[in-house]
Amino acid sequence: MDAIHVENLTKTYKGGVKALQGVSFNVKQGEIFGLLGPNGAGKSTTVRILSTLSQADGGRATVAGHDVTSDAAGVRRSIGYVAQATGVDRWATGRENLTLQAQMLRVSTSTIRARVGEMLDWVNLNEAADKLVNTYSGGMKRRLEIAMGLVHQPKVLFLDEPTTGLDPETRLALWRDLERLRAERDVTVLLTTHYLEEADALCDRLSIVDHGRVVIEGTPSALKADIAGDTVTIDIGDAGVRAGEILGGVNGVLEVIPAGALVTVRVRDGATAVPLVAAALGQAHIAVHTMTLGRASLDDVYLKYTGHHYDAGFATATGGKR
Amino acid sequence: MILFFADVWHLWLRHMRATIRLPIWIAVTLIQPVIWLTLFGQLFRRVVELPGFETTTYIQFLTPGVLIMTAMFGGAWSGMGLIDDLHHNVVDRMLATPVHRAAVIAARVLHAAFTVVVQSFIVLALALALGAGWPSVGGTIGVLVAAALVTAGFSAMSTGVALLARREETMIAVINFFGLPLAFLSATFMSAQLIPQWMQSVSKANPVNWAVSAARHAVLGTDTSAVWINSALLLVFTLLMVMFATASFRVYRRST
Ligand SMILES: Nc1ncnc2c1ncn2[C@@H]1O[C@H](COP(=O)(O)OP(=O)(O)OP(=O)(O)O)[C@@H](O)[C@H]1O
Ligand SMILES: [Mg+2]
Repeated sequence: MDAIHVENLTKTYKGGVKALQGVSFNVKQGEIFGLLGPNGAGKSTTVRILSTLSQADGGRATVAGHDVTSDAAGVRRSIGYVAQATGVDRWATGRENLTLQAQMLRVSTSTIRARVGEMLDWVNLNEAADKLVNTYSGGMKRRLEIAMGLVHQPKVLFLDEPTTGLDPETRLALWRDLERLRAERDVTVLLTTHYLEEADALCDRLSIVDHGRVVIEGTPSALKADIAGDTVTIDIGDAGVRAGEILGGVNGVLEVIPAGALVTVRVRDGATAVPLVAAALGQAHIAVHTMTLGRASLDDVYLKYTGHHYDAGFATATGGKR
Repeated sequence: MILFFADVWHLWLRHMRATIRLPIWIAVTLIQPVIWLTLFGQLFRRVVELPGFETTTYIQFLTPGVLIMTAMFGGAWSGMGLIDDLHHNVVDRMLATPVHRAAVIAARVLHAAFTVVVQSFIVLALALALGAGWPSVGGTIGVLVAAALVTAGFSAMSTGVALLARREETMIAVINFFGLPLAFLSATFMSAQLIPQWMQSVSKANPVNWAVSAARHAVLGTDTSAVWINSALLLVFTLLMVMFATASFRVYRRST
């Protein structure tokens, strides 16, 4: 059974904002699933409905087998929820925050102390454990919150924009934590993000949402393959025009865009195309100075399905590939 | 049910820890009753010479009044912490767990009532130092019950307002608007027989006045039945306010 099953959710806020206009997706047990979309797309609204904080107007959703409306208590027992904005108690220590969270999540009294210690260890907050959270950095707070979301060993973890507002270094550290999470624990993660690179790097599958609708769903690589395949850029000095004709006939090449000495070749799959391209150029006695292989980015996918470019401010925030 | 009490206890501990870590709160708690008791005590020292006062010294008369006023404000301000929690997503984080919804409110109300009981001891000790004496055991219990009930009632009301308004400014405006008038439309500072007729009529419907009556009769040991009747009224008030807070909580949860 799917860990998260979402079927045609709709939600209109008071005041008439149509936040969701029929969102559907499924997430398998153990998967990291991403909801990618710009501001106001409806990502938080979806996550809040799935974590029982908000009610949908229409549609159906189950989380870990529990219906979010008719069995909200069952959902709450099975999930960890880390909100978009921090939800820690600033006037308590990290350990106190974790302990109270464990108590509220019905971790048995006899195991709480050990579990809290283990989680502090896991997110590397041992040294700061007994300091007030008010003195924590943004990254430390985020790590504490993720620990709080995991302290009861939930089946499903919701992370609403886990890395927004963090500096690039901290963001990378958090990515590693999430990768560790995937490797070490059998937990299903639904994360939302603005960042294309983040979805690309972390998610097994993702949905792009825009204006309350899922515009496309798939694995990051399938989405990218679907749009453009890979890009091979070749520097061949003054042989550019001749190379264009030769390369057009190579198996797997979709398009050849010559631009002076640099020829950009769009290929279906870089790994299989590069040797063929190199061989064809070799046969024609064309000297290759450099050859680089690049992947199509999710930005291209985004552009194709939403009809507009991803906001550059977000997409390049980590100096990402474009 | 056991889980409910466990939730209340754990959340109550959280509030207690936060309070203890706020030195300014402790300082104000200690100083404010001193100011009320000494300032008002000096200012109105000679009013007891008028006929109609149950006591020989004003400080004796004033102590239960100041105690209840402190309690009322202690309860009324307690919603501010909830607004802070709302703004920092703490409430939402809790609501995504199986924690009892009612416990979230109950812990806050009980925390306010408990701190006021502690404050009440301080006020009583201060009054003792100023020559008002210490009430009997029964009187002490009576005055503490009245203080705890009025705090709980106002704390629940404050919680409800916080959940509906979700803004500090609104909260401050509401408390400023109602706080002092409620204190003055009662026998807090002046013997009931000496306040104008219309004020007396209004004060009959004023929970602060019920609490002051209960507290004063308890401290002075003058009228046991008045202590019981007023405490019963306070209990009804508190229960109504708890219902209001619970309804507000439902409104809050539906609004998101
Ligand atoms: N409580 C609310 N009341 C009214 N409108 C709301 C409320 N919460 C969200 N909205 C509106 O619903 C739409 C979707 O918001 P949502 O927070 O789900 O978007 P998001 O994808 O999470 O955006 P962001 O990336 O900015 O977090 C937006 O237009 C927003 O203004
Ligand atoms: Mg959001």
